[in-house]
Amino acid sequence: MTAAAPPDGDAVLSDFVAFTRLVRNAGVPVTTDRVAAYLQALRLSDLASEVATYWAGRLTLCADPDDVARYDHAFAAWFSADPRDQRMGRPAPPKPRISTMAALTDPPPGSGADGDEETPELRVAASGEEILRDRDIAELSIGEREHLRQLLALLRPAPPRRRARRRGPARRGEPDPRATLRAALANGGEIGDLRRRARRVRPRRVVLLIDVSGSMSPYADTLLRFAHVVTRRTPSAVETFTLGTRLTRVTRELRQRDPERALADAGRAIPDWSGGTRLGEVLRAFLDRWGQRGVARRAAVVVFSDGWERGGADLLGEQAARLARLAHSVVWVNPHAGKSGYAPVQGGIAAALPHVDRLLAGHSLATLAELLEVLRDA
Amino acid sequence: MTAPTATSPDDLARALDETGYLADAGLASAAFLALRMGRPLFCEGEPGTGKTALAQALSEALGLPLVRLQCHEGIDAAQALYDWDFPRQLLHLRALEAAASASHTELDVDAVESSLYDRRFLLARPVLQAIQEAPCVLLVDEVDRADDEFEAFLLEVLAENSVTIPEVGVVKAATPPLVVLTSNRTREVHDALKRRCLYLWLEHPDLARETAILRRRLPDLPEELAAQVAQAVQGLRGLDLLKPPGVAESIDWAQALQLVGARRLDLASATATLGAVLKYREDADRARDKLDALLAS
Repeated sequence: MTAAAPPDGDAVLSDFVAFTRLVRNAGVPVTTDRVAAYLQALRLSDLASEVATYWAGRLTLCADPDDVARYDHAFAAWFSADPRDQRMGRPAPPKPRISTMAALTDPPPGSGADGDEETPELRVAASGEEILRDRDIAELSIGEREHLRQLLALLRPAPPRRRARRRGPARRGEPDPRATLRAALANGGEIGDLRRRARRVRPRRVVLLIDVSGSMSPYADTLLRFAHVVTRRTPSAVETFTLGTRLTRVTRELRQRDPERALADAGRAIPDWSGGTRLGEVLRAFLDRWGQRGVARRAAVVVFSDGWERGGADLLGEQAARLARLAHSVVWVNPHAGKSGYAPVQGGIAAALPHVDRLLAGHSLATLAELLEVLRDA
Repeated sequence: MTAPTATSPDDLARALDETGYLADAGLASAAFLALRMGRPLFCEGEPGTGKTALAQALSEALGLPLVRLQCHEGIDAAQALYDWDFPRQLLHLRALEAAASASHTELDVDAVESSLYDRRFLLARPVLQAIQEAPCVLLVDEVDRADDEFEAFLLEVLAENSVTIPEVGVVKAATPPLVVLTSNRTREVHDALKRRCLYLWLEHPDLARETAILRRRLPDLPEELAAQVAQAVQGLRGLDLLKPPGVAESIDWAQALQLVGARRLDLASATATLGAVLKYREDADRARDKLDALLAS
């Protein structure tokens, strides 16, 4: 115990308990047992030292790197001065509540300042979801987009599964001689019941390739949010890349729990927003650098693109064929496919289509939900 | 035997320092609180931030034995907690039978049975070993690699410091072992496990600390070279590589540079030894293009 014995008295204690409430409000899931641990840690710490009190709370109240940033913020607010040493002395990032991504995508024509006025009705309208579900994302106003974000966060994607190579104990399946014998030995050599084993089931890898070129820009923000929702469900089994004039891997950014932070970081990582598309070349870069080495193998691959290709369509066709050979299944999601009168005749999509298992629409929430169902069965 | 006591985080930091592990305020508080509160320490962070090394340094600094449990896919209780030594139990039975038939006596079945589940036939796997040997440091390494069912086995151990063996009873540690769990975050560890632990998120050290670590681990390393290596590694981490180098890599790199006789880090020596710090071809390609700028800064 350090020199300064904790000044006893309920006043100090309740002060710290009040601080944990602030931390909870900042978004850290603080439970009662964590508070108890915090108080116990404080009793062992030098309360005169801000560094010690900072760490006592950080070690007991946080459970995730995301929590640490929130805790830092709350601590800075509570104790005004930042007590950490210079190493940790970055200013605590204010929690970004508004995505910078919304500004990055062009507001669709026709939606302007009048969009905000619709928000209150949409929030309360019970039929809001019904209205929004089938609307084209590109035609939503800013207020409706905000609502769509909340609906997206409610999606609970079921990850696709594959049979693993290894076997594990199972209720039904082939007999497992080794386990049976082992159980028998434990029973003194008597075979009690027959143990069984079966192939285990693991999540199948999902690869999301999102076109962020100019023609897809009304959808890019929503699609990245969708990717975040899918990533959070099985973080280790989902890879996300953006396609434009170049290939960008945003998997790491999207693994963060907070959607706003994940999206803001992904937005910073992507250098070629709303640029041109060289789908064929970028797809080749993906397959060379990532796909062939294992990322695309036996994976369920989803390409979000309208298939507008500046480069040659031949190259795209060739690479789509390569992708199809590597992947377990390829789903092409084209926002225009849901519109009446659409026919896949543009050079790019026409070349890729023969190598695609399914062509889906994906221009609205309903079609994205449908995509999740297709993925689950992949 | 009682658990060694550190009187303050600073004390512990000094003890760790003597073993060659430089601990900052957070790390020292974490280890101190884990020791005094009797709670496991859950360390998460990028590979190469010194999670495993922390457990090793703690065991050395506190003078306690280190018991290590390396987790892997499919690890189960028989590999982590305890197992019965079946072959020896069978041999024991045969020996009893042989002795009985030689001396023409009847075997006392109850006695034979109870003798089968004697402590000498119990194989202590790392967790039980740690409970029996406590005080000690138990390192549960890369717990994210194990299946999530395995975490349930750990819960009893971490909460009660005991292992229940149906044939023997409850084995309880006289003094709780200092448990250090590490995870590389390839998956989320269940909250029930985290709740019982102190949570320590480790980041790569900053320039000054990394230089100090290099100097500490490689006493012969010239100061200038240490600073240059640390600077270059910090730069490499900002390049968005597949696998950003950790402290272990920068130590390897400095050692490699020393071995090829480099006095300072220049383009030639850096290119020649790049394999010590970057382990992917794509990373090496990317770094080689920017090495000039990195070394100039």
